[in-house]
Amino acid sequence: MAELKSDPGPLDRPARETGGPGGPRPTYAGPGRVLVAVYGLFALAATARAGVQIATKFHEAPLAYVLSALAGVVYILATVALARSERRFAVLCCSIELVGVLAVGTASVVDHAAFPDATVWSGYGQGYGYVPLVLPILGLLWLRRSSRT
Amino acid sequence: MTPHGVGTAVIITSLLAAAWCLVTTLRKRPIGIGELVAMGVAQALVITQIVISVVHLVQGQRPHELATFIGYLVAIFVILPVAGVLAKMEPTRWGSLIATVGGLVVAVLIVRLNQIWTGVG
Repeated sequence: MAELKSDPGPLDRPARETGGPGGPRPTYAGPGRVLVAVYGLFALAATARAGVQIATKFHEAPLAYVLSALAGVVYILATVALARSERRFAVLCCSIELVGVLAVGTASVVDHAAFPDATVWSGYGQGYGYVPLVLPILGLLWLRRSSRT
Repeated sequence: MTPHGVGTAVIITSLLAAAWCLVTTLRKRPIGIGELVAMGVAQALVITQIVISVVHLVQGQRPHELATFIGYLVAIFVILPVAGVLAKMEPTRWGSLIATVGGLVVAVLIVRLNQIWTGVG
């Protein structure tokens, strides 16, 4: 019997691992939908900001802006992975993010001159209320919790 | 930006909408018509702010960083509608949390919008 769903948007698309009752929960439902929303926001913010920085003043701090663009790409991939319940890929994206924010955060503290502008990961995400630091941790915790039956 | 009054009104209404949605979140309820109306009022003021900003741009005034400013205008326009749709897709307390975050983000973006216009920060 078909389920009555008026508008199954892309986020409701049944992806793999949705499972039946008792199976793992899809990563895009419940608390996961909050993560998808915030990840989407950061995907937009980081990518757009890096785009502007690279287009207008790339020579000022090429490394910082390239890392900023990389952060944007990782956020986009993480958003898609969480929205489609692609668990392993989502774990990979969140892990890269956590390593990235820690590495770039440390680098920006050690070599301040290389990071003149706030980028999404510099200062451990200080310019964004440290959300970039908290987000991958929440993502990994959610991926672990939702995989339990 | 010249009409600070509108920006302040957006900040206050979006924070009030966020506070309302936060209460709903803590009560573990999905958002209802009241929260949506509050978000709608905030969105109406957001649109007013955008129109004023565009009028300023058309009149030849320029913010410190034009591209970033326009990016923020686009972002600020879509945040509350997207948050509202996502909140309705997730009719649980988590949907209410999305709406809460949407209201907070709009308030932050208005502050940043003013900073970009004046070149401070």
